[in-house]
Amino acid sequence: MKLGTSAIIGGVLFALAIFVGLFAPWLAHTDPVMGANLMNAEEPPSWIWWFGTDAQGRDIYSRVVHGARISLTVGIVSQLVNSVIGVTLGLTAGYWGGWWDDVVNGLTNLMLAIPSLIFALAIMAVLGPGLTSLLIALGLTNWSFTCRIARASTLSLKSQGYVQAARVLGYGDLRIMITQLLPNMVGPIIVIGTLGMGGAVLAEASLSFLGLGIRPPYPSWGSMLSEARDQITTAPWLSVFPGLAIFLTVLGLNLLGDGLRDVLDPQSRSRRA
Amino acid sequence: MTAAPLIEVEDLRIDLDNGASHVAAVEGVSFRIDRGETFGLVGESGCGKSITALALIGLLRRPLSVAAGAIRFEGREIQGLSAAAQRALRGDRIAMIFQEPMTALNPVSPVGRQIAEMFVLHKGKSWREANQLAVEALANVRVPAPERRVKDYPHQLSGGMRQRVMIAIALACDPDLLIADEPTTALDVTVQAEIIELMRNLCAERGTAILMISHDLGLVANVCRRVGVMYAGRIVEERGSDDIFRACAHPYTQGLVDSLPRLGSRAALGRSRLREIAGVVPAIADFPSGCRFNPRCAQATEICRTTAPETTWLGAGGLVRCHHHA
Ligand SMILES: Nc1ncnc2c1ncn2[C@@H]1O[C@H](COP(=O)(O)OP(=O)(O)OP(=O)(O)O)[C@@H](O)[C@H]1O
Ligand code: SF4
Ligand SMILES: [Mg+2]
Repeated sequence: MKLGTSAIIGGVLFALAIFVGLFAPWLAHTDPVMGANLMNAEEPPSWIWWFGTDAQGRDIYSRVVHGARISLTVGIVSQLVNSVIGVTLGLTAGYWGGWWDDVVNGLTNLMLAIPSLIFALAIMAVLGPGLTSLLIALGLTNWSFTCRIARASTLSLKSQGYVQAARVLGYGDLRIMITQLLPNMVGPIIVIGTLGMGGAVLAEASLSFLGLGIRPPYPSWGSMLSEARDQITTAPWLSVFPGLAIFLTVLGLNLLGDGLRDVLDPQSRSRRA
Repeated sequence: MTAAPLIEVEDLRIDLDNGASHVAAVEGVSFRIDRGETFGLVGESGCGKSITALALIGLLRRPLSVAAGAIRFEGREIQGLSAAAQRALRGDRIAMIFQEPMTALNPVSPVGRQIAEMFVLHKGKSWREANQLAVEALANVRVPAPERRVKDYPHQLSGGMRQRVMIAIALACDPDLLIADEPTTALDVTVQAEIIELMRNLCAERGTAILMISHDLGLVANVCRRVGVMYAGRIVEERGSDDIFRACAHPYTQGLVDSLPRLGSRAALGRSRLREIAGVVPAIADFPSGCRFNPRCAQATEICRTTAPETTWLGAGGLVRCHHHA
């Protein structure tokens, strides 16, 4: 297995974001919410305030570092939920076929027809803002690609000799799905999951920016952008640094996803061969 | 003790249902295999050998289905069993190995794990015990350094080694019947002979009965005590392996015998010089009336085109279905 340069750059960016998120309390200089001090309001970036300060005198660097926690939690957890839903539906639909396949196909087409951000927005509007609602809204609305891939993989794997052989050896349906089908489709599922994680980080930022996700004063990158909206000309650093954090994280995940696709997804591999 | 035979197939009929058409792919097939016995099914491609085997383990799926007849395992009708009971038989009491050792193993799972799974699934062993038993199972099929090989993935093994692993999986639970469907066609000749020998010895040691399926009459007659010759979904002749070369009764069997290379003549003549049976096996939908072999049979007369031949019993438990049998 040989990773390309872009996958390595992507991996490093994503690992850096994870590291910052994990060690935020130690990396931050001040408390991201309570560390307000009007004496230092709207300082531009300097040696003391790396990323500058906002109107309440809070350290933007510390807020961006803490924001990594929230943004990555939302990105990772919601994508995991999506992957589990997508794989479960796609695998069982492809394996059993029949009416269950029709139901899952109908649901998938429905999900694909509605832009997932609009769908998430609607759910947020009902559930109200907050981390839990965000996880639910983003976790339930982006499984359709995973589902499609899992179903298509199942359909092609089903006729493989080792799946037939398992049936002959007395394996039950569940055992066949877990031992013969699932391990043979993890590659493409991981690729979709990585790309989807980038999408979820962006979606979190968008929802929070619209005031539907994480609400100020808690620092997610989206909520920080939302707060910085009015000062974009007077204090551009308030927008630039959270924006950069989003950009680098999503870029990292996309590069990583594309790079993994080259090594993990046998279909794209054979297309090139 | 004249107990029930291990497996007994009676008047089996398998239908192929394509919505519009509804035809019998296999019809009137009967045979029995006793404990520890070896029985072979021979016939050209498409004559229904594999689907007969699938019917035995209850794994025919749409558009194929058992339409009539009985399949009894130790006297119990298989089709009367629940899905779970059938599943419990498969792999435990009746095992099967296939033609394709390349594709019959899961590529992302170490071979030891695939063997161990059988002990976990059918014998209720813990994974720790099962892994230990897997090493023994590999040693039994004469795989060198089994404690290291269990960690290998299928792609790290040669075709012959993979077929050995398949045999280890199939025989893991000490089944009563091993169905071997063209087990060696994908292997080269020397490996083929080794694998057949191994399979035969292991089954003989354990008293496992074999149902061997192949288009190679020589191979089947070599391994099995009795042979059933299938043509277009019917058994046309059933004989002891020794009788089949000495005095086969059916024109089709004679054709198969004639198409076998004589000992030592192979190199001189080459495959192309062997006498082949003229014509091809008819498709299921176009089975001719009367004797299904009549369009290709040199001895065919008027009655062959109108009436299907009845079973004629020969000596020593043999049978033939032909109006003009030898
Ligand atoms: N799933 C299926 N759907 C439709 N027809 C089938 C199916 N499986 C088998 N058949 C048909 O049933 C007939 C018997 O097939 P079978 O696989 O038993 O032949 P075989 O004797 O094993 O041949 P081979 O030597 O090629 O393995 C063939 O004509 C085949 O086309
Ligand atoms: S019944 Fe007639 S056609 Fe059929 S094998 Fe015998 S002689 Fe040939
Ligand atoms: Mg076959």
